[in-house]
Amino acid sequence: MSIQSLTYLFVGISFGLYIFIAIKSRAGSTHEFYIAGKGVHPVANGMATAADWMSAASFISMAGLISFMGRDGAVYLMGWTGGYVLLALLLAPYLRKFGQYTVPDFIGTRYYSNTARVVAVLCLIIVSFTYVAGQMRGVGIVFSRFLEVEIETGVIIGMGIVFFYAVLGGMKGITYTQVAQYCVLIFAYLVPAIFISILITGNPIPQFGFGDRLIDQDIYLLEKLDLIMTDIGFKPYTSGLKETIDVFCITAALMLGTAGLPHVIVRFFTVPDVASARRSAGYALIFIAILYTTAPAVSTFARYNLLESTHDVSYQEAPQWFKNWEDIGLIAWRDKNNDGLIQYASGNAFDPVKPKYLDSKGEFGERVIANNSQASSGNEVYIDRDIMVLANPEIAELPPWIIALVAAGALAAALSTAAGLLLVISASVSHDLIKKTFATNITEKKELLYARFSVLIAVIIAGLFGIYPPGFVAQVVAFAFGLAAATLFPALLLGIFTKKINKEGAISGMLAGLIFTLTYIVYFKFMHPELNFSSNWLWGISPEGIGTIGMVINISVSLIVSLVTRKTPDEIRDLVDQIRQP
Amino acid sequence: MTNSNGNVDQYWKKNIQIVTILLSIWFLASFGFGIIFVNHLDQINFFGFKLGFWFAQQGSILIFVAIIFIYIRLMKKLDQDFKEEIDD
Repeated sequence: MSIQSLTYLFVGISFGLYIFIAIKSRAGSTHEFYIAGKGVHPVANGMATAADWMSAASFISMAGLISFMGRDGAVYLMGWTGGYVLLALLLAPYLRKFGQYTVPDFIGTRYYSNTARVVAVLCLIIVSFTYVAGQMRGVGIVFSRFLEVEIETGVIIGMGIVFFYAVLGGMKGITYTQVAQYCVLIFAYLVPAIFISILITGNPIPQFGFGDRLIDQDIYLLEKLDLIMTDIGFKPYTSGLKETIDVFCITAALMLGTAGLPHVIVRFFTVPDVASARRSAGYALIFIAILYTTAPAVSTFARYNLLESTHDVSYQEAPQWFKNWEDIGLIAWRDKNNDGLIQYASGNAFDPVKPKYLDSKGEFGERVIANNSQASSGNEVYIDRDIMVLANPEIAELPPWIIALVAAGALAAALSTAAGLLLVISASVSHDLIKKTFATNITEKKELLYARFSVLIAVIIAGLFGIYPPGFVAQVVAFAFGLAAATLFPALLLGIFTKKINKEGAISGMLAGLIFTLTYIVYFKFMHPELNFSSNWLWGISPEGIGTIGMVINISVSLIVSLVTRKTPDEIRDLVDQIRQP
Repeated sequence: MTNSNGNVDQYWKKNIQIVTILLSIWFLASFGFGIIFVNHLDQINFFGFKLGFWFAQQGSILIFVAIIFIYIRLMKKLDQDFKEEIDD
């Protein structure tokens, strides 16, 4: 069978499975719709959390990014796992003890204020939509490359599936579907990694394999990769390029942001008790760590294979995958030195960086691009970071069924995250805005109807993001984490660990964190992208890491304002005492 | 009542202690070994990896997992002690 029909088969089977599970676990009440009736086993919840958390960004983009960043890629690896330690130790048990439906619920109650609740909903919606947009690009790439349909059609199919099981099953349906999606995605991630590890080093465990010797030479893989890269003029793969302070702040922002992401926190509301909430966080991190410790191995193998199979190879003899990805516009090549060979070097090949294709073919059959050549660099190739994981099995010449499996896994990752995000968006609208703020007397049945209706609206908006991508999807990812770190995380942390912080403190703190972080990111990413380099940054901290400073500002403002305003009421102090007990 | 309040305070103090110690390890494994001291540790070879590189891309994650499970155990014990004292 061809890759395409295999992909149809695998994707079809997995989608059928998701729909079957959704029908089997329909939600009948708001309790089931928002938090799956609190009856989810910690292991199942751990898997669902892992699938919810590992998005298209983790599955498709991360290893590719790391393979071009080398050691600095650790910001993602540590940042997106270390946050779970904070979640497990500082937030999850207490929020579970509090026992309400949403994150704004906690903030609204703890700070006895609907203004605080609405501010939290605002932060939540900005953070979550930013994230959904990223998933849609992932779905679009997979559909256009492997199923050869238009991106629009792919997005509509994907959104249809998500809508179906999110509306029907709510949190309950989503949770059990995500368990299945975790199994699909982790299998799809590990199989090619194991095969490639065996091919390159003979070691079947990728985590050890990328530290092993090459199968045909007596040299460590990483050492060899460092040598190849220094030969072509790159810095060695295992060395860092970013400033230490920037690596520090980006890692911290990602960790703190992880702990403040509403769609992750809400997971801990679905388990039976406080002890299960702790265990859930532990299982979730194990399931996540399986992928996250494999990812840097995949990155190393991918970089090595990429250089080995295409550097100094003539375009006519270049492997088929190179041309396939060029066809859909994610690879571009221009023969700068007229030798007919493909050459990599450090620096960007073209100016602007992303290729704009003309309709003609060049001397060797390559697609001609309109961009100027970047004169300072001998690099001839543009490679979109997002394709490395998807192309990896092809680069390593693995059999077609593995390539099809990876496509199904990538879709599972994107859809499971999109569903979780859509659910928290809808819950915060129907529960926090409608039920708790604007129409407090509606019945449960009506609330459930509003909840389903808000999923519909959220799906349509997310679908529009996929079909008309806002062009800055990759950049706004920095928003999601930075904003969660600077707004929601401190409000939750302070609400549990101090009784001093009052409503005035929390609201002004969240707003200060939000405004500072948003301004910094918008200034460098959208208003003045030409100034976005380290000498202009505050203390050398990039927009990706600025959420860390935003958090410090949030906490300071909260403390100071709380000191000079009224004391927290007694019933709130009792509430805090309550949630601190097991 | 005063007695059980005392227990609650005791419980909370112990809890804070556990969290502080575990978070120090968390900080050392990631920000310490993986970022601040990474170049020093890179001088050491560890099963084919530079040690700093290994901490940044593998070791820190494994330690994170360990920390959460140690926390689960310690808190389980603390919860039990707390319940027994309340029952007494």
